[in-house]
Amino acid sequence: MTTAQQPQPPTASTGPARTEHADETHSSPGLTNEELIRRWYQMVLARKIGERWFVLNRQGKAPFVITGQGHEATQVGTVAALSAGKDWVVPYYRDLGVALALGMTPSELMLNVFAKADDPNSGGRQMPAHWSHKRLRMVSGSSVVGTQLPIAAGLAWAAKLQGHDAVAVTYLGEGSTNQGEFHEGLNFAAVQRLPLVVVVENNGYAITEIQTKEMAITDVADRAQAYGVRGAVVDGNDLIEVHRAMQIAVQAARRGHGPTLLEAKTYRTVPHSSDDDDRRYRTREELDLWRARDPIDRLRKHLLEARILTSEQADELIAKATEELRGAEAFAAAAPDPDPTSLATHLYADSTTLPTSSPP
Amino acid sequence: MTQTSIAEAIQSAHREIMRDDERVILLGEDVEAGGVFRITNGLLDEFGPHRVFDTPLSEAGFTGAAIGAAIGGMRPIVEIQFVDFILPALNQLISEAAKMRYRSLGTWTVPLVVRAPYGGGVHGGLYHSQSMEALFAHVPGLKVVMPATPTDAQALLHSAVQDPDPVIFLEHKRSYRLIREEIPEPLPSVAIGQAALRRDGQDIAIIATGLALHHSLAAAQQLQAESIDCLVLDLRTVLPLDKPAILNAARHTGKVLIVHEDHLTGGIGGEVAAIIAAEAFEHLDAPIQRLAGPDVPAMGYHPALEQAFLPNPDTIAQAARSLAAY
Amino acid sequence: MATLTMPQLGESVTEGTVIRWLKQPNDQVALDDPLVEIDTEKVNVEIPSPFAGTLSRIMVEEGQTVPIGTPLAEIQGTGEPAGAEQPSGDRPAQAPTAAAASAPPQEPMPQTAQPPTGSARGAATPKLSPVVARLAAQHDIDPATLRGSGAGGRVTKKDMLAAIEARSAPPSSEASPAVTDAPRPPTERPAEDRAVPETPMRRAIADHMTRSRRTAAHAWLVMETDVTALVAARSARKDAFRQSEGVALTYLAFIAHAVARALQQFPRLNATWQDGQLFERRDINLGFAVDVPDGLVVPVVHQADRMSIADLARAIADIAARARGGGLKLHEIRGGTFTIDNTGAFGTALSAPIIHQPQVAILTTEAIIKRPVVIPSTDGAAGGTDALAIRAMMNLCLSFDHRALDGALAARFTGRVKKIIEAIGPDTPIH
Repeated sequence: MTTAQQPQPPTASTGPARTEHADETHSSPGLTNEELIRRWYQMVLARKIGERWFVLNRQGKAPFVITGQGHEATQVGTVAALSAGKDWVVPYYRDLGVALALGMTPSELMLNVFAKADDPNSGGRQMPAHWSHKRLRMVSGSSVVGTQLPIAAGLAWAAKLQGHDAVAVTYLGEGSTNQGEFHEGLNFAAVQRLPLVVVVENNGYAITEIQTKEMAITDVADRAQAYGVRGAVVDGNDLIEVHRAMQIAVQAARRGHGPTLLEAKTYRTVPHSSDDDDRRYRTREELDLWRARDPIDRLRKHLLEARILTSEQADELIAKATEELRGAEAFAAAAPDPDPTSLATHLYADSTTLPTSSPP
Repeated sequence: MTQTSIAEAIQSAHREIMRDDERVILLGEDVEAGGVFRITNGLLDEFGPHRVFDTPLSEAGFTGAAIGAAIGGMRPIVEIQFVDFILPALNQLISEAAKMRYRSLGTWTVPLVVRAPYGGGVHGGLYHSQSMEALFAHVPGLKVVMPATPTDAQALLHSAVQDPDPVIFLEHKRSYRLIREEIPEPLPSVAIGQAALRRDGQDIAIIATGLALHHSLAAAQQLQAESIDCLVLDLRTVLPLDKPAILNAARHTGKVLIVHEDHLTGGIGGEVAAIIAAEAFEHLDAPIQRLAGPDVPAMGYHPALEQAFLPNPDTIAQAARSLAAY
Repeated sequence: MATLTMPQLGESVTEGTVIRWLKQPNDQVALDDPLVEIDTEKVNVEIPSPFAGTLSRIMVEEGQTVPIGTPLAEIQGTGEPAGAEQPSGDRPAQAPTAAAASAPPQEPMPQTAQPPTGSARGAATPKLSPVVARLAAQHDIDPATLRGSGAGGRVTKKDMLAAIEARSAPPSSEASPAVTDAPRPPTERPAEDRAVPETPMRRAIADHMTRSRRTAAHAWLVMETDVTALVAARSARKDAFRQSEGVALTYLAFIAHAVARALQQFPRLNATWQDGQLFERRDINLGFAVDVPDGLVVPVVHQADRMSIADLARAIADIAARARGGGLKLHEIRGGTFTIDNTGAFGTALSAPIIHQPQVAILTTEAIIKRPVVIPSTDGAAGGTDALAIRAMMNLCLSFDHRALDGALAARFTGRVKKIIEAIGPDTPIH
């Protein structure tokens, strides 16, 4: 157990040391070489799409964006341990990488940032990055943080009651773990021993607030013990480590051993959103420190050293990602906007028009 | 002739619904032991621990879990012990349940029923007596029903569980065992959104909900002796309101008295009055009147304080008398 | 002391303008003495004093326009009708207590809302509830003529329904009120154009005509009428008539007479369409469009079918004169069942009039023009020769509401009017 900690900014020193399943071989069961290359490409693509979203915002083509550059290893690595389309996923707004790795196409992601009518997430009703996808069993979330935890518990509960071996995974930032619904949802899942994995993407900041202003502990995973569930901390910038920890959590859930609280220590290398200026609350030195631990660079280095990938192949993949993004953007930019007369559709099952008070 | 109470009718509805549909589960505080109002008595025995669940004292948690279960294919019924305790779950109900279908363009839906006892007259004090229908009636995406009779309670619970969208099902706790009637066989179907004309009349339309409906009927009886002929309309559903029934009642009589136990200001009566003013103005023969709980935080515990809050047949009759004299 | 308020004159009227005070402060006023001349959107009327006494204060100056119910003057004295204490203002009704039992028993609601006004005819119009105002307008009943059973003598919906019943008029339907126009943004105008100030009458006409055009299914027909014999008959008698009667013997009187007779046989055209329901009216009350400075009024000759041609000539002359000079009584602008517009007086040959709501038809009489006309051979079947003759011809144009009747009936009616007119001869009785 961790006891009281001195306030300190998140640094590279926190994290991996507490990984319960650290393994010097640096591999994870189920991650073949081919799979590693595929997942690295998804990280690259997620990064490029996130960066592009910010460009579109600065060009006035998207009123608001929110992305997760820096979180790619956590997002792609956890999804790599899931059975896409079978397991329930309830992400939060940081999870562009989760959506992409799960199977949302770049075109769909670009429809989302342009808030187009055909955006599968919300058709322009929600702000970008509020993920929802029927085929991927990715359930829509609100902008209110922490509310997704009881809902994910309920999805896990439904799967259990129905006798399915699907698990439910929900994602949230460390700031959201202070919400009452985090406590209530995790407690409910613990009591019912539900197949739930709660992934905390701990990037050290709740928008501008450093973690020491959010809680008096260093590791959110410590909270697991209070509910009687497993807690684990993993280096969130190491895709292989993330996958290994996630796989253990998912298997435990699938086998009926109840929830896991998995904390991935990571860092967002971009502002909270397009409306945030992170220079107000963190130093460039801190940012540089984390850029040196960039998850994409780290996996690339591993792939090259392990001779899974050549430098030329890596460059080709990066070029391919750029090309894929361009095509997706062109497609999405030309797609139709939402029809204002559709305002009242999907209010209720039988809603088509707006219920209004008619004039006399 | 079996006289069935509202409590018994709701319990029967649970049994029928849970027998018919294996997706229906029941959860809430103390429901395994029958709940504090004994509505769920015996359900654990009949349906077992995989259908009936005690929950932690955690309204946001178990309401949210029920929302998730509903998305995941179950048909949960949540019992909130007292509607006064539902407030921690408002975030789940307003931010999540009410908007899920809308924000996902129909991909994810929440067929959920949240049952909650409301209303006073049982010495419940400030936190076991409140009425909160207006709070939920302000949330598009929810439906809000408040049956006043045993037949409606039983039939509307069926409709609520069958509804593909979230329904707040409000039960007046004082009426649980006070109001009894013979329930017809077979049980009639009552659609959500339909008001019921409980009594026809020429002079004044009294529009009421819940226990106030029964007080209104008693007042109408009193007034008959004074040759004041009252129509009494039972709203039954407050979201969506049955506008045609409301407008018919107003047009028929030209004088309208709206009665509810909830506070006056921001109460559902204001909405009803606005509908009438907007669409039946030229049929009005007097200003629309509302008789409602006073704008104090809630009703007090002492019986004298409680009675001072509640509408009753005499106060309703007096309000109707004034309206008749206008 | 009693207060005279701006009365409600006619449906949809919301304000009135004081044209002229006929009494001055400190003048003695007898009951029913003309007190003030009021211009409403429809018509000028003189208001007879509902009180006797001394005019103590004039509260609205000449030329001012004020909403219905605004106090106009105070009259000091004893001769006012019993209980005619006037409202001091326009305060709303006091609501019954909201908090059911927490407050002490409240006074009955209407204490301040409706002071007793009694039921004396001519008392200042009491406050009308929306339904009473609507029924009054629909059924042409002046609420001031009823004994109110409501608080302070207010005329209630029940009172109004009883009055309608007593008059054995058909029951009112309970349909929705008309849709109102959405406000539109002002249009920009070049500075050299002259903005014509809106008058109440102009606005009322504009509202009425657009409402009629929007709601009624206007259909139109024309029928040529040979009025050669009519011209001769009138010509032979007009001088003597003027000498004995003091008014002109007009073509219009003949035609009105023919129309009234035709309407007896075609009650469907002597009708009103109100709230989606058609009522065939018992009385035949003919309205006549009269042009006045910058406007139009339609005074009504009641029970025109009981009148001779001479009666009609006198009645039309009377109301037309008073329409132009002011001083029509309220009932003289209400209750029309069919309207005639003598557009031919201005030389028109064809007009497409707009129906005067809530009636279902309006007839125009066009200019009488001498034209060559083919007179068919009487034995046409045997191959006789048609002849050409100079005849005085006049067009009758009928606009009718296709919701209420169809073209065949409209044509048969107009044909009947034509036949009656063409049958006029030197022996046609005019008295």
